[in-house]
Amino acid sequence: MALLEVENVRRSFGGLVALDRVTFQVKTGQIKAVIGPNGAGKTTLFNIISGLLEADAGQIFFRERSISGLQPYEIARAGVSRTFQNPSLFLQMNVLENVMVGRHNRTRWDFLGCCLRFPGQTKEEQSIREAALARLEHVGLAHLAAAPAGSLAFGQRRMVELARALATEPELLLLDEPASGLNTKEKQDLGNLIRKIRDQGITILLVEHDMSVVMDLSDDILVLHNGVPIAEGVPAVVQNDQKVISVYLGGEFQHVAASDKP
Amino acid sequence: MNRLRHILPFALFAVAIVAAQLCMRVTETEYYLTQLTMSLYYAIVVMGLCLLMGHAGQVSLGHGAFFAIGGYTSAVLTTHDFTRISSAVWPGWLEPAHLFVAKQDLYGGQTMTVSPWAAFLVAMVATFLVACLIGYPALRLRGHYLAMATLGFGLIVNKLVLASAIAGAADGINGVPEWTLGFGLVVSGKSTARVQNYYIACGLVLLLLLLLRNLVRSRVGRALAAIHDREIAANAMGIDTAAYKLKTFVLSAMLAATAGVFFTHYTGGIGPSEAGALKSVRYVALAAAGGMGSLWGVTGISTALNYFSLRGWFGSYDNAVFGVILILIISLAPAGPLQPLGHWLRRLLSRLFQGGRRPHGAA
Amino acid sequence: MDHGNLALQYFLSGITKGSIYAVVAIGFNLIYSATGVLNFAQGEFVMLGGMVAVTLAHFAPLPAAVTGAVVTVALAGCLLEVLFFRRLRHHSVLHLIIITIGLSIVIQEAALHLWDEKVRSLPYFTGNEVSSIRFFGAAISPQVLWVLGTVAVTVVLLHVFLRYTLPGRAMRACSSNPEAAMLVGINIPNMRTLSFGLSAALGALAGCVISPITMTHYEMGAPLAIKGFAAAILGGLGNPMAAVLGGLLVGVLESFSVSRLPAAYNDAAAFVVLLLVLFVRPHGLFGSPTGESVREH
Repeated sequence: MALLEVENVRRSFGGLVALDRVTFQVKTGQIKAVIGPNGAGKTTLFNIISGLLEADAGQIFFRERSISGLQPYEIARAGVSRTFQNPSLFLQMNVLENVMVGRHNRTRWDFLGCCLRFPGQTKEEQSIREAALARLEHVGLAHLAAAPAGSLAFGQRRMVELARALATEPELLLLDEPASGLNTKEKQDLGNLIRKIRDQGITILLVEHDMSVVMDLSDDILVLHNGVPIAEGVPAVVQNDQKVISVYLGGEFQHVAASDKP
Repeated sequence: MNRLRHILPFALFAVAIVAAQLCMRVTETEYYLTQLTMSLYYAIVVMGLCLLMGHAGQVSLGHGAFFAIGGYTSAVLTTHDFTRISSAVWPGWLEPAHLFVAKQDLYGGQTMTVSPWAAFLVAMVATFLVACLIGYPALRLRGHYLAMATLGFGLIVNKLVLASAIAGAADGINGVPEWTLGFGLVVSGKSTARVQNYYIACGLVLLLLLLLRNLVRSRVGRALAAIHDREIAANAMGIDTAAYKLKTFVLSAMLAATAGVFFTHYTGGIGPSEAGALKSVRYVALAAAGGMGSLWGVTGISTALNYFSLRGWFGSYDNAVFGVILILIISLAPAGPLQPLGHWLRRLLSRLFQGGRRPHGAA
Repeated sequence: MDHGNLALQYFLSGITKGSIYAVVAIGFNLIYSATGVLNFAQGEFVMLGGMVAVTLAHFAPLPAAVTGAVVTVALAGCLLEVLFFRRLRHHSVLHLIIITIGLSIVIQEAALHLWDEKVRSLPYFTGNEVSSIRFFGAAISPQVLWVLGTVAVTVVLLHVFLRYTLPGRAMRACSSNPEAAMLVGINIPNMRTLSFGLSAALGALAGCVISPITMTHYEMGAPLAIKGFAAAILGGLGNPMAAVLGGLLVGVLESFSVSRLPAAYNDAAAFVVLLLVLFVRPHGLFGSPTGESVREH
C-alpha cells in the first residue's frame, strides 16, 4: 500500500520552475531517498509535502487522504513529521524540553486543565517527560537532557531534532539531509539508527547528497534533475542508469559502482 | 527540595504583602494602601502581557483598551438605570435572581441597575468577543504590523469612550457601587474597608500568579515558548500556532478586563485615559522592566513602579519616566534587567565567597 | 449652505488635513525604506517644527523662523538616528519600533517641559484668521492654499530629488538592495541618517505651515503619527508617492465622517481605516502582494 502518493506536483518561483511533473510513491515500511544535484528542488519538495509551501499544481495523498493545501500542523497531526536541513531546535529551551514539544500532538490537556493542574494533567506531564527521555536514549543523548539546546554541537543538534520528530510518533518521517556535516563514524551511526527506526514501523523519506549513505540505506531511490524526475528504482538500477550517470558526470556513481565489484 | 523551591516565591510574596501592611499600620500611613491596591490591579494587566509578550512572543500596544472594556462595561451596567426596560420587557424575577439591583435614588424614585456579579460576567463575555474579533485578523500580521494594529485598536476604544455620552465622555463614570464578592468580602473604596480590599487584591494577584505559573510550566507553556522561539518548527511539530496565539491573546485580554472590573469597583469609577495609548505603552514598559517572561519579576516591578508613580514620586515627569524605562530596557536588556542583574550578582557573590582561592580556568 | 457647498467644504478641509497626513506618511516611508524601521516619533517632528518656529518667531521674521525650525528639527532627526539607531541596528525591528514609541513619549514630555501645555500658533502667513477666499462657493482661509501649495511643492521636489539627483538615487538604492548599494560605495549609515534628517525636515515644514489652522500643542504628535502611518499603509508601504494619495484619502474620509457621525467619533475614523487596511489589504492600494510581507504566512 502506498503510504505517500505525490501526483504531478508543480511549483515555480517567479520565472524559475523548481518542480515539474513530480510523481512518485512511498510504500509503507520503505526507506526511500530523493537525490539529485544541487538546485534539483529536493527541499522544495519536502516543504510542499510537509505543508510549508503550496504546490502550484498537483496532489499529495497520505494514507489515501489528500493533504494538499493543509497547514503544517494538520499534516503533522496526520502522521508526517520532518527534520530540517539546518536543525531548528528551540534554542531557549533545554534538550529534554525540545523533545517534549514533540509530544504535543499526542497529548491533550489544554489551557484550563493546565492552569488548574488536574490530576490527569500532572500524570500526562509525567508521561510526556518519560516518553521524551526514552526518545533521547534511543538516539543516545539522554545524558544531555538538561543541557541548553544552544550549547550542543551540530551533529548532536541533528540527533535531538530527530528525537523530537520521533516523539510525535509519526508514520512517515521526512529527513532533510540528515548526513550533512557528519563525519564517517557519525554517518555510520546515523545509518544504523535510521534502519532501527524503520524496523519499528516508521516509513522514511529522505533527501540526501551523500551517495554512500543513500546507496547503502535506501530500498528505493528517486532522482530529480532541475525539478523533474529522471529515474526511479532500486539502488542497483539507479546507479547504472545512463541519464543519472550523465547528470552527475559519472563521478560519484563510478566510485560506488566500483566498490560493488567483487 | 523541588517543592520548596516552587513554594518559596509564593511564601516570600505573602510575607512581603503582610509586612508592607503592618509597616504602614505602624507608621500610620495606612492610606498608602490605596495606591498599593491600585498598583496590584494594574499588575494583573502586566501579568497578562507577560504571558502574551514574554511567552507567546506577540506584542500588544493596546491592552489598556481591554482594561477599559472590562471597567466601563461593569461601570455602565451598575450605574445605568434600567427601570424602563426591565418593567416593560422582563418579569419581576430579575431582582430576586440577583441579576438586577433595585435601589432608591436621590429623589426617592426606584432605580434598577445590574448587579455587580452579573455585570462582571457580561464584561467577561464582551471582552472575550472583542478580543476574538480583533485578535483573529491581527495575530496573522507580522510583529511590527501587529504592534500598530493593537495600537490602533486601543485608540479606537479610547475615542469611542471619549465620544459616548453613556460612558460619561471625557469625565468618565463615577458612583460605581461596591461589589459584594461573597464570604464577607466586599470590593469597595470605603476607607473602613481599605485593609480588606488590599488583601482582596493581593489574593487575586496570588491566585492568578498560581494559575499562570501552572500554565507556563505545562504543555501549553512549552507550546507557547516553541511558537516564540521558532514558529515554523512549532507548526511542523503539530502545534496549531494561530489558535494558540489567539487563545493567549484572549486570555491576556480577559485578565486585563478582570483587573479593570475590580479596579472600577474599588475606586468607584473609571475614566477614558485608561484606554489611552500612554497607559497601554506603560504596560509594555512595565512588562519589559520586569523581564518579559518572568511572572514574578513582572508582578513585583510593575507593582513597585506603579506605586511610585501613583504616590507622585515621578512628579510631572511621570510619562517620561516610563518612556525612558522602555527605551533603556529594550535597547540594553530586552529580556529584562533582572537576568543580567542576577548574573552580575551571582558573579559578585561567588567572587566574595571564593575569597583568596584563585579559580582555575574560567573567570 | 446647500449640499454641494457643504460637500466641497468638507472636501477642502479633508485635503488640508490630508496633506499633513501625507507629509507624515512620506516621512514614514523614507525612514522605512532606508532602515526598515517604522519611526513612530514621526509625528513629534511635526510638533517640534511648529513649536520651534513659534519660539523663533518672537525674535525673527516669519520666513527665518520657519527656516530655522526646519533646520533645527532636521538636525534633531539626524541626531536621533546617530544616537539610537546606529548603535541598535542588531535589534529586531519590533524592538526598534517600541523604542521609537518610547522616544515619542519622551520627546512629547520634553516639549511639555521646555515649552508648556498651552496651545500656540504661528501667525497666518498671509492675511489673518478672518480673511477668506471664495472657492467655487466654499470659503477657505488663505493658509489652506499655503498648506496645499507647500506640500505639493515638497512632494514634487522630493520626487525630483529621489529620481534625478545622486544622493536621492543612492537612498533608493539603499532601500531596494543594501548589499549592492554598499558594493558600489554608497555609505549606508550616512544614507540612513539622511533619511531621518529629511523626514524630520519635511515634518517640521508641515508643522509650521499647518500651525495657524490646527494650532500647535505638545500632544499633537501621537495622533498625527498614527494617522500618518494609516495613510502610509493605505498607499502601500515603500511607495512615498502613493503615501500622498493615502494621506489625502485618510483626510477626506475623516472629514466626511463628520457628516455621518457625531463629531467626537471622527477621530476614530482614521484608526478604523488603519485596522481595515491591515486586516484586509495589508499591502495597501499600490503595494504588491508579493512585496514586503505583512502577514506571517
